[in-house]
This record gives sequence, C-alpha cells and structure tokens, in this order.
Amino acid sequence: MTLLAVEGLTISLPTPGGPLRVVRDASFALERRQTLGIVGESGSGKSMTALAIIGLLPAGATAAGRVMLDGEDLLMASEERLCALRGNRIAMIFQEPMTSLNPVHRVGDQVAEGLILHRGLDRAAALAEAARLLDRVGIAQAGARLRAYPHELSGGQRQRVMIALALACRPDLLIADEPTSALDVTVQAQIIELLRGLIDDFGMALLLISHDLAVVGEIADRVMVMYAGAVAEEGPTAALYAVRAHPYTQGLFGALPDRLARKGRRLAAIPGTVPLANELPPGCPFHGRCPKAAPICRETPPPWASHAADHRARCYFPGAAR
Amino acid sequence: MIQFCLRRLATLCVTLIAASAVVFVVMEVLPGDPAVVMLGTEAQPETLAALRKQLGLDRPAPERYVTWLAGFVTGDLGLSQTYRVPVSELIADRLAITGPLALAAIVLSTAIALPLGLFAAARHRRLGDAGVMAFGQLGLAVPNFWFGLLLVLVFSISLGWLPAGGFPGWQGGIGPAMRALILPAVALALPQAAILARVARSAILDAMAEDYVRTARAKGLTRRAALWRHVLRNAMIPIVTIMGLQFSFLLAGAIIIENVFYLPGLGRLVFQAISQRDLIVVKDIVVLLAGTVVFINFVVDLLYAVLDPRLRSFRT
Repeated sequence: MTLLAVEGLTISLPTPGGPLRVVRDASFALERRQTLGIVGESGSGKSMTALAIIGLLPAGATAAGRVMLDGEDLLMASEERLCALRGNRIAMIFQEPMTSLNPVHRVGDQVAEGLILHRGLDRAAALAEAARLLDRVGIAQAGARLRAYPHELSGGQRQRVMIALALACRPDLLIADEPTSALDVTVQAQIIELLRGLIDDFGMALLLISHDLAVVGEIADRVMVMYAGAVAEEGPTAALYAVRAHPYTQGLFGALPDRLARKGRRLAAIPGTVPLANELPPGCPFHGRCPKAAPICRETPPPWASHAADHRARCYFPGAAR
Repeated sequence: MIQFCLRRLATLCVTLIAASAVVFVVMEVLPGDPAVVMLGTEAQPETLAALRKQLGLDRPAPERYVTWLAGFVTGDLGLSQTYRVPVSELIADRLAITGPLALAAIVLSTAIALPLGLFAAARHRRLGDAGVMAFGQLGLAVPNFWFGLLLVLVFSISLGWLPAGGFPGWQGGIGPAMRALILPAVALALPQAAILARVARSAILDAMAEDYVRTARAKGLTRRAALWRHVLRNAMIPIVTIMGLQFSFLLAGAIIIENVFYLPGLGRLVFQAISQRDLIVVKDIVVLLAGTVVFINFVVDLLYAVLDPRLRSFRT
C-alpha cells in the first residue's frame, strides 16, 4: 500500500476578509523508502501542505480532501489519534534549528521525550537511546552532549539534534521543511548527506520541502513543483529536471545562477510576483507571468497534461525548455 | 552557577552600601539639624545639645556612618526617640506583622494570578480570556485602600466574619492573629493578582507561539502536555520579573493597608515615625525596606538562572 496518498488537499486560513485558500486541490503520493521533494517560492503552500499532513495547521485553519497514511485518513483522525502518530510514525524537522529546540531543557531530554512517550521507555533507557541517536546523526561525544543545552551547540549541531529527535521512534514518514535553509553552505551539504544516509538506514520515506532546486535534485526521487497553492508539475526528478514541462518550472531553473555562464550575464528572473491567494486570477494562476500565455490561459484552469506515464504538468502548452 | 551566585551577592552588598549611604547623607549630612527636626524650633538650646550628644551628632560624619552600619550587624540601632525602646526591638515586633502579611499577600496573589493567566491563555480570544482581562483591568483601576474599606464593609460589618482591624498579637495564638491578617492580605493581593494575571497570560501566549512548542507537538505531545513541559518554564521568566517588581509595591502598599486596618506593622511604624519626626526609626526602616527590595532582586536573579540555563553563564 502507498505510504502517503494526498488527494485533493485544500487548505483555508481564516482572515478578516474571509477564508483564504492557500493550498488548492493538491494530490500526490509517496511510497516507502522514497523521497519526494516539494519546491516552490515562498507562499506557494509547501509548508502548509506539510503541516496539514502532520495535523499541526495554525489555529482556525481548515483542511479538506484526504491525507491517507497507510489507508487511514489523517484529516478525519481524532486529536488523540494524531498525537499517537506524531513523532511516532510521522515526524517533522523544521527550518529554524535555533528556535526549534526548547532553550531551557537539555538536548538529551528533548530527544528522549518522544521515546518515553511512544515507546514507554524509562528515562535512563530513553537517554541511552538518545545518545545512540546523537551519535548516529554525527554529534561527537554524544554521551556527554546529552547534558548540553541548545545554546551550547552550533546551528548545524542543533539541526542534527532536531533530526535525531525526529528519528527517535523510527518514523515511516519524515517531513523536512527547509531543513538546510538556515545553515551555512558547507553545513547544508553535510546535513543533506546525513539525511540521505538515514533514509537508507531507517527505510523511511522523506517529504523534503525546499526552495533550493539543487538540494532537492540531489536527494529526491520525485519532485513536485507548487505555484500559488496548486501543483504545477510533478514527475521523477531526472525527467522533471531535464524536461521542465511547465513554464513556471522553466522559470525557476532559469533563475538559478549558473557557474558556467558568462560573467555579467543577467539572471533570468520570473517577472512579477506570486499572486496572493485572495487575488488569484481566473484560469491558470501563472498566466500573468507566463511567456507562453494565450487567451485560453486567462479563462479556464488548464488540465493535467501527461509528459510521460508518471510525469505531468498543469499547462495548455507543456513542453521542453530552451 | 556558584560563580554566578557570588557575583550577584557582591552586587547585592555594593547596592546595600550605596543605599545606606544615600539615606545617611540625606538624613544626617545635608544641611538641617536632625536634633532641631526632632525637637522642633522652640526647643531649649540645652535640650538640643543633649540630644545631639545622645545621637552622636558631635562626632564626625564618617565615624557616625560606620557606627550606624555596624549597628545593623550587631543589632544595636539605638533607642527610638518617641517609643523609648531599642529600635531593633521595635522593628522586630513590627516585622512579625508586616512579614507574614507581605508573604501571605504574595502567595495569595500568585495563587490567584497564575491559574487565571493559564486559564486565559488556554482560552485565548474566547469568553474566559475576556473575563480574566476584564478582571485585570478592574484590578488595575481599583486602589487597594478603597478595596480594603470595601472588604471591611462586606466581611466585617455586614457579614461579621472577620475583624475590621487591629491585631491581637501572636502570643494570643496563631488562629486569631491569622484571622486579623486575612482581609489586609486580600486587599493587598487582589490588585496585584490582577496585574500578574495579565502578565502571566501574555507570557504564556508568547511562549506558546514559539517554534519549540511546535517541535513538542510534532513529537506527539498533547496541547496540554506541551503547555506544562515546554511553555510554563519559559513563561516563568517574565512572570518572576514582575513578581519581583510587585514585591516593592507590596511594601509600599503595606504602609497604606496597615493604616486602613490599624495593624501595628512596619508600614504603620514608618508612617508614625515620620509624623513624629523620629529620625532614628525612619532612617533604619528606610534602609531595611531598601535592603528587602535589593534582596528580592537578588532572589529574582537567582531564579532567572534556575529557570534559564542561558543566563547561568551570563557575564556582566
């Protein structure tokens, strides 16, 4: 059975002007041991999608559709049931390692907490396991580091602790929301390498959210491109990176700085900005910024166009870039 | 941690010496003869001279200052001009009332404010929250002496449950003495509790919005468990700060409340000493109160370090 199947996920946030649909009709699937990368600009709905899966949307937000974990609809699950799954079968690591750990508790206790909660270990056994986990994520002298407070660790070490904390109960699904964005480039590479090794070891599925195409390309089996709350293109990483069927995907790649490009070449920015969820134009949400836009794009949202069996884009004029 | 304590203790001592020096300079060195202040302008020159000698005013100021400071250590603070008893005895007697009163008030205020703040934060933007905020607003607006009178009206005069004032003394048993302190303690505590409840509410709300609470929830902790294990200790830092500040207001409030309830406490003593120009007593009590405030700040600093490991290695 598919580990995670998201079908028609629509998320609304409450605002004074009425509910705001920040994610619209997103569908995707993730198999065990697979990595799915979700890319897109800020405000494209990536993080909201992740929070909906783990059931931690902000207060007042509503999610419609289905989020099936091993056939169980998480959107219909009770809060009690979700608490039993969170940290146990689904875990999440966040962008900000600086603020995501509690400053007043020792890191060992923070890693051990989930083990005590879900595995019923006593504190000593949980701390022993926490030491093994810290060692596995590459923290030197893990046993001694159990007693450290978060402020005594560097950003990269804190993110390693966050990873250890998330992996404590050997989850089936790990959601990583921009896990490397707040880190130095050299540390970023180490963390990605660590995540890759851990996926193999633990046999879990990874949902990696990032705006960094290079990071996603390195680790993901499949990639989903989101734009203005909707999925624009989805496919196997290699095919998607090679074909770039959706004009938005092409724009994202075009905006990457190219080491081989001539000095002085201007970066090709996508003109305009992402439309706000309450100002979405009719038709394709990207048409205002799309070089290929035709009259039909302004009227009716495009249907899915398949490029290959498992590679599709929501565009009237999909096609290879260049 | 030990180093932190020692450093704070050193700060405490320096502050205390500075405070006593200011009091001494204001009362004894600046122009104006303490003896004339105490006896009035109509006093006979011989009486003035005798008092000056008794007060030690014929000796140089630095010597008097050191003698006075030593008095705090040995407990010999001289005789009160009006009461004709040793000042240290006088203060000890009065402290036996004001101490328990202040303690009861701060315990009561905390016991009311923390659950209310927690309750309001858990019901953010709902009816319970609005109720606590309204109570907080009321508490800010109502002066404690008026509230004390209101309590007397209801609980002493109408219902006859508790004494309206006065103090039977501890030697008459703990029961009656405690009964006499209930209304004053409530009058002192409630307005403070109102403010503290508002502070507690916003501190808890702030902490609840932190990323580490989301991490705790992602671990599988329930909302309630995340609140107890991850929010409260972080929220205690601003709460303890305000409690420390409130303690000074509590001492000031005790002066008023002790007068409303005719309690022979330290506040009433300093009030009477000022009106009777008993400078020896005034001077000693002012330093004592300043010392108490400084000591409370020291305790608050220690509590910070207990609550937040980041402050333990703090270098100042």
